[in-house]
Amino acid sequence: MRVIPRGVTRLMRTTAFKLLAVYLLVFAVFSLSMIAYVAWHTRQLIEAQVAENVSGEVRFLAEQYRLGGIQRLVFAIDRRTRRPGSSIYLLTNFNGDVLASNVSDLPLGLLDAAGTRFTFYRRSEETGAKENLAFVEVFMLPGGYRLLVGRDVEERDTVRQMVVRPAQGALLMILILGLIGGFFVTRRVLKRIDSMTATSEEIMAGNLSGRLTVDGTDDEFDRLAHSLNAMLERIEALMVGLKEVSDNIAHDLKTPLTRLRNRAEEALRHASSEAQYRAALETTIEESDSLIRTFNALLMIARAEAGQARDNMVSVDLSAIAQNVAELYEPLADDQGLDLTVEAEPVSVHGVRELLAQVLANLVDNAIKYGRPADGSRGHIRIRLRREGSEAVLEVSDGGEGIAEKDRERVVERFVRLDASRSRPGSGLGLSLVAAVARLHGGSLAFSDAAPGLRVTLRLPALAAEGLA
Amino acid sequence: MTLIQTSDDSFAMRLLLIEDDRDAADYLRKAFREAGHVVDHAGDGEEGLALALDGHYDVLVVDRMLPRRDGLSVVSELRQRGEATPVLILSALGQVDDRVVGLRAGGDDYLPKPYAFTELLARVEALSRRGGVPASETVYRVGDLELDRLAHRVSRAGKDVPLQPREFRLLEYLMRHAGQVVTRTMLLENVWDYHFDPQTNVIDVHVSRLRSKIDKGFDVPMIHTVRGAGYMVREGLR
Repeated sequence: MRVIPRGVTRLMRTTAFKLLAVYLLVFAVFSLSMIAYVAWHTRQLIEAQVAENVSGEVRFLAEQYRLGGIQRLVFAIDRRTRRPGSSIYLLTNFNGDVLASNVSDLPLGLLDAAGTRFTFYRRSEETGAKENLAFVEVFMLPGGYRLLVGRDVEERDTVRQMVVRPAQGALLMILILGLIGGFFVTRRVLKRIDSMTATSEEIMAGNLSGRLTVDGTDDEFDRLAHSLNAMLERIEALMVGLKEVSDNIAHDLKTPLTRLRNRAEEALRHASSEAQYRAALETTIEESDSLIRTFNALLMIARAEAGQARDNMVSVDLSAIAQNVAELYEPLADDQGLDLTVEAEPVSVHGVRELLAQVLANLVDNAIKYGRPADGSRGHIRIRLRREGSEAVLEVSDGGEGIAEKDRERVVERFVRLDASRSRPGSGLGLSLVAAVARLHGGSLAFSDAAPGLRVTLRLPALAAEGLA
Repeated sequence: MTLIQTSDDSFAMRLLLIEDDRDAADYLRKAFREAGHVVDHAGDGEEGLALALDGHYDVLVVDRMLPRRDGLSVVSELRQRGEATPVLILSALGQVDDRVVGLRAGGDDYLPKPYAFTELLARVEALSRRGGVPASETVYRVGDLELDRLAHRVSRAGKDVPLQPREFRLLEYLMRHAGQVVTRTMLLENVWDYHFDPQTNVIDVHVSRLRSKIDKGFDVPMIHTVRGAGYMVREGLR
């Protein structure tokens, strides 16, 4: 059996509602203690007032006795007892006989000692009514007379009721109104969260293009929706990228795998000598090596794009890398009929040395492959590194045919090989890695015309120059 | 004609292979034996650790992912117990940072899978303290080729051969491992300190330049190309 409707239990589970409940509770505790304090204080005040009144009357009556003896005192008491709302009085002689009084049922021995105290009493004219509490003062007059003056203090409690009741009522009202208000506020919040949850569920179900609604109020929910949308944007881009990659892998890895398999099959069918088997096996190994290289390049790009390598970044001297790579490739370039020169200013970046060296090696490798002038004369590859403001600018330019403007965007995509290069060895991943590493380091990659030839410009955030400050 | 080119015949090592993949282990045992080495095999990390601790091996070849105790933990445990046997770590993880982790755990070399056996063999032989020249030696000699590490001088048959600094380091590395196969990636790693794939034959061009300075005008070549594997410095023809 469910007493509380589902909607209410869900509401009670929301953070906003819990906060509201806690606030209300704290408020109630504060209010109650305040009311208790006020009530206690009021009571103190009233009691002090009563004591003062009583002792004032005692002094007055004692004065009457002093001035006119017992008759004047009795007369004064009688006159006072006839006033409405009068105090209570009792006067006895040394025998204990009552000379004047408007009370009955006083406890025995009350008059035995002077001083103030609380006692129950009943007025003589209202016998049978309930006993009231009174504050009394007993005073010994000369001649064995005892005077009691008291004041009913039940009204003290009435005053307290006057303060406490409405306060309690107000508190109850506040609690009820708070709960109702809280209910509506939380329901509004809940509605927005519900719509967010609904959208997220839709996205999880596969609709990656779904976005959360931003209602333009720029409140917390709007900001949350904004950043979630940005995150979704990024995830969608990654998913599209992943799909492209898997399509490309399907094509560009399956093609060489098929070739590999065909060749092995053919050798099995037609090879007749050991030498032919041998040759077939050797090409098989070569082709699997190139497949492994492609795999490694793909993994490297994927890692760079995932940004994991950021944890291993240190200060890297880019000029040392430029010199090293130039020195590594210079003999090869020379063999291929190209001069390789390097001009490097000292610049350091925050990065991964191996990746940056690999990137420059890829660029130089490309320049060696495609950088020879069309007329067959000796080519020239230039590596330039300079600092431009807060950037390290690394340029590799050659004197080859360059890349047509329409193709410049495309060449960084995975496995894209321009027609001119299809016949030469290469995986089509070199520039993809360069682009991915540039992004990883927070930099950019651009291609421009070196007239003639290609200029590749890699811009990376530079570290502040050391020793110059 | 043997399938695998090996180094000096006189030089045989005792190896411990810790690898859980049965096929890979069988293949490697056979191939190492053909190359003239003695191989023990352990199929998991605990067994491997126990064998390594009392086996007196020349080199340990340890797969990174093993049952019962992973490869890196085997290596660091060995090092903690003061066991200094050279270790080569095999791993399917081949990125630069994985390599750093492997070497930090106490490995001496790191080879990502898949690899060519010639590469593994060359690296294992280079790790062994039996072959090559002790690193403390200041003058390396192979036949009439002499390299003075302190004076930075190289001479062949008593005649000075002027070399560029990088050529010097290249020859120095080749001569320290005289009689052993040195692969192109080993040269890139040890002479240039890069661990990337150079895609083209950059190293070959450097070696052929060096060769033209060392061997030109002499009947007996010093720098030999080992087909399908790399290079070797040794005196005379094989």
